[in-house]
Order: sequence, then C-alpha cells, then structure tokens
Amino acid sequence: MANQTQHGIGGLTYDKSKRAWPNEANVFIALVLIILAFEALGQILPYMDGQSMLFDFNLNRDDTILNMARIKIIILQVSIIGIIALGVTQVIVSGGIDLSSGPLVGAAAMIVMSFGQTALVNGNPNPSAAFAGDWAFDLPVILPILVGLAFGAFIGSINGSLIAYTRIPPFIATLGMFLICRGIAQWWTKGQPISFPTPQYAALGSGMMPVVWFALLAVVLFLVMKYTVYGKHTYAIGSNEDAARMSGINVKRHKVLVYMIASMLAAFAAIVLSSKNLTAQAGMGQFYELYAIAMAVIGGVSLTGGRGSIVGTVLGAMVFGVIQSGFTFIKLDAFYQLMAMGAIIIGAVVLDQYRQQRGTR
Amino acid sequence: MSEDYILETRGLTKHYGGVHALQDANFKLRKGEHIAIMGDNGAGKSTFVRQITGVETRTSGEVIFDGKPVNFAGPLDAREAGIETVFQTLALADDLDVPDNLFLGREKTRFNFLGPFRLLDYKAMREQTMAGLERTGVKIPNIRNSIRNMSGGQRQCVAIARTATFASKLTIMDEPTAALGVQETAQVENIIRTLKDSGEPLILVSHNMRQVFDLVDRVVVFRRGRICADLDIKTGDVTGEDVVAYITGAKTQEGFEDAA
Repeated sequence: MANQTQHGIGGLTYDKSKRAWPNEANVFIALVLIILAFEALGQILPYMDGQSMLFDFNLNRDDTILNMARIKIIILQVSIIGIIALGVTQVIVSGGIDLSSGPLVGAAAMIVMSFGQTALVNGNPNPSAAFAGDWAFDLPVILPILVGLAFGAFIGSINGSLIAYTRIPPFIATLGMFLICRGIAQWWTKGQPISFPTPQYAALGSGMMPVVWFALLAVVLFLVMKYTVYGKHTYAIGSNEDAARMSGINVKRHKVLVYMIASMLAAFAAIVLSSKNLTAQAGMGQFYELYAIAMAVIGGVSLTGGRGSIVGTVLGAMVFGVIQSGFTFIKLDAFYQLMAMGAIIIGAVVLDQYRQQRGTR
Repeated sequence: MSEDYILETRGLTKHYGGVHALQDANFKLRKGEHIAIMGDNGAGKSTFVRQITGVETRTSGEVIFDGKPVNFAGPLDAREAGIETVFQTLALADDLDVPDNLFLGREKTRFNFLGPFRLLDYKAMREQTMAGLERTGVKIPNIRNSIRNMSGGQRQCVAIARTATFASKLTIMDEPTAALGVQETAQVENIIRTLKDSGEPLILVSHNMRQVFDLVDRVVVFRRGRICADLDIKTGDVTGEDVVAYITGAKTQEGFEDAA
C-alpha cells in the first residue's frame, strides 16, 4: 500500500511557499486601483482640466508629492465611522450583525454631551443646558467618557443577551435596538440639541484627534483579534458555532461580550463625533451602521462569519473614504453618490460569495 | 472492578421520551484494547457514544472511567478527563488553521490574569501540533493554512490528531472513514494502527466489516438499543457472516438472550 510508507512519518508541516494569499492584499490592490481610476478620470473628464485627486502634479510646490489636504480629509472622514466598523468587524466575524450602532451614536452623543457641558458661554448661562442643576456643568472630562462607555456596554449587553439567550436572529435584535436607541436620543432632551462642551471635552475630537483614536483603537483591536483567546474564540464561533460549543467555549457569554465591545466602540465614536462637532443632536449617526458594515464587507469580512480581519476593515474604510471623496472630486451629484455606494456594497458581498464558492469548490 | 479496565459501563440506559434508544448496556474496555462497535442504523451506537462523552445526560446507569465513577456535564469534561472523541460531524472550525483547531477551547496561553484577553502562545501550540502530527504520521502541506481547503481525509486526520496531541487515555471515533476515499481511509487506518502500537485504547464505531477485522481486537454488536454480542475476533473463530447475523438479529450470543 502506497500509504504504508507514510506510517509514522510526519511531514514537515510549515512551508512558507504554501501559505494562502492574504485577502487583505486584494483589498489593498483594490484601493490602489480605485485611486488610479479616479486619477485617470481627473485627466480624462474634460471639465476636470487635468486635475489629480491625490497626487499633486503641480511641480512648483516641492514640499509634497501627495495632496496632503485631501488625504487628511479622507482619513478624517472615515475615522469616526471607522471606530464603529472595528466593533462591527468582530460582530460579523462572530457570525452576527449589528444594525443598532448608528442610532446608538445618536443616543450616546446626547447622553454623553449632557455631562460634558460648560456652565458659561461668553459669560452667559449655557442656553442648551440638558439638566437644570448647577452640578451638571464643568464636570471632569473622564465622567462623560465613563458614562458613554457604560451606556454602550449596557445597550451592547442587551443586544448580546437577546441574541445569545433568546436565540432570536441578530438582525432582529439589533433592528429593534436601532429604533429604541433612536427613541432614547430624542427622548433624552425632548429633541433639543445639546451644545457648548467643556474645553477638555471639545479637545477629544478636535483637529486630527479622531484619526488618532481610530489608529489607536485599530491597533488594539488588531492585537485583540489576532493574539488573544477572545479573538480566537470569536473566529471559531463565526466559523462553526457547534464546533466551538463542543470544544467547551462558552458561546453565549462570548457573544454577549462581542456585542458589548461593539456597542462600547460605537459609544466612543459618539463621544469623538459630538466633541468634533461641539454639539449633539438626536439625528446624529444616520446610516453609520450601514457604512460601518460596508467598510467591513469591502475590507473582506465575510457576512457568513469566521473570516475577515481588522487590517481588512481599516483598508476597507480607506476604500470607502477614497470612493466618497473621489465622487466629490469628479463632481458627481450626491444622489448618484448614494446609488453608487449601494452598488459598491452589493458588489463587495457578491465578490465575497464568489470567493467562498471557489474556496470550498 | 479490576485495574486493567479503562472504561466500564453498568446498566447504561438512555430514553428519548418513550423511545428506549439505549437499554441496560454493560460494556468493558481493557487498557490498550481496540474495540469496534457495530450495529444497524438506530441500534444505539451513537447514543452509547454520546452518553460516555457527556454530550448527553444518561437516563440511568453508571460510567466508570479509569477506575472512578464519572458524571460528565459536557464534552469538555470528558475531554479533560482524557476521553478524546472524533465525532461523525467533524467538530472543526473551517476558518481556523490546524493548531487553532487542535487547541480550540483549551488554548495555550500566557498572561492569564488578562481573562478573556489573555494572550495565545502560538509557538507552543505550533510545536505541540507538529509533535502530535508526527506521532500520528499525518502529512499536511502547511499547518498555518485554514482547514477549509483541505481534503476530507486531511480534515479527518486533523480531528484525529487531537488525540495524539493531548495524550488522551481513550479515543472514540464515530465512523471516521464514512465520507473518505480509499487512500484517505488508508491514512486514517494507519493512524489507528499507530494508536494501537502506542497502547492507546480505542472505541471505533464503524459499518465497515473489512476495516473492523483489520484493526480491532473485539467487536461489540448493538441491536435495538441493547448489546447483543461481544465477540473476540482475534481468535479467528468469528467470521464476518457471524457478525452480520448478530447485527441483523439472526443470531444472539449466549448471555445476551434478553436483547432478542
């Protein structure tokens, strides 16, 4: 028997040449291609007059090759939704979905901002005070942050518990929470916006701070997903929930944790967003849940769970930002932008399906 | 009970509502012995395995493992006690690589004070995986690739390699070659021989008569939820036709008359 020769002989089982092609590389190539496509459009479209989106071809300026201003805008645009996308990534990897993150941003922003207000605006009492008493003003900045994270953890634990213990589909549980959070956002101040944060609070999201938070959290989430038991179990549950249960993983408790972390990240995004805008409104974060999911999906996170990475999502966020910025660059109307964005998201999922079919043969 | 039994069941019974899936099973397995469990579909083979491995809770009866009565709350309990099971439906996570799958649920970690965020010790897991694969003679092109794209045989081997990696006291395989091709089956059978050589006891659930006669020392036949025969096939007195007769109910061994 041919196989008899292998009896008791182990093959050398770590061959670098047989490593699979990383999915993130594809996303990166897509990112480069999309940038080049917009560059080409800038040259081709007659009314663009040979403009370039990212690469500054104005040779009189020798300080920069890339168009730093536009790159900054792109990164700044995606970083707040990107923070949400980091949390959504681990939810989708675990085989779930979180639709509640957008409204949660609205609700968390309202609640958090009400603890981050300053007492006096130009010597007058704050006109948009959320609470009547003096105690609610000029609180140390750590307080609104903790309140926000606690609120996120609370909402997330409800999401997770519903999904893990009542076994209703994540889509339904988080869709319900979507409406509940929108309601909370409006109920908190009966629809009134909250403004005038303390200087410390305003510093949280000023300038390029959203990018700093996004980068920092992306690194943390990357390490957590790749190098900790938490990350490994998240992939295992999304890949084969029965196998995970049979292996002794506490699947229910883990799911609650996954949704809690996702909602805490969304709440943190709300802190950064309200600080950046210096105001909180009940309608904040509209479509953010969908954009966050889109970033993850574009970045190669599989909606069936088990596959995807934080690196992919960060690249997906960049692709998302470049497309959005590129549409503006080629002067595409806002209606067409939404339509095109929808088409791109569908395309990303179709691509994922195709990859999977090819993968399993 | 004598010291040379690794597993013994006394009056093991499982009812699903009114269905008596397993009735009064008395079963003994010696250390280092390889036993096959045979029987028709629905004869109680898988039910029997599920009671031993803690996947289900038995209705009544006793399980004595390694000299001690045991009451497993779940498959992990059984695994920690040293019973390693290769289930009919492979309990593998497709998107993880080989070491991840071997160590799923019992990862090697560092900085354990970090709770769920304790760090994985990839290096230790990789080394133990290599050692385990070497012991079983499993060849896999690259253990760092996800097992999604591996062949059925390779996946089955990964599932079986868990046994070798964790130096278990008892291995149970539920139809390990049912979905495999000829060559892959041969590979799995080689692993089973390796286990025999190293003195690890095995319970093999199988429909494959040739395989059973090739590999094991003893055949226990189940019929309609009861054990109806316990045959020593190493003596050469028992033929395949005999076993078929026991399975179909044409014959019942002495001492098991109540099973008929």
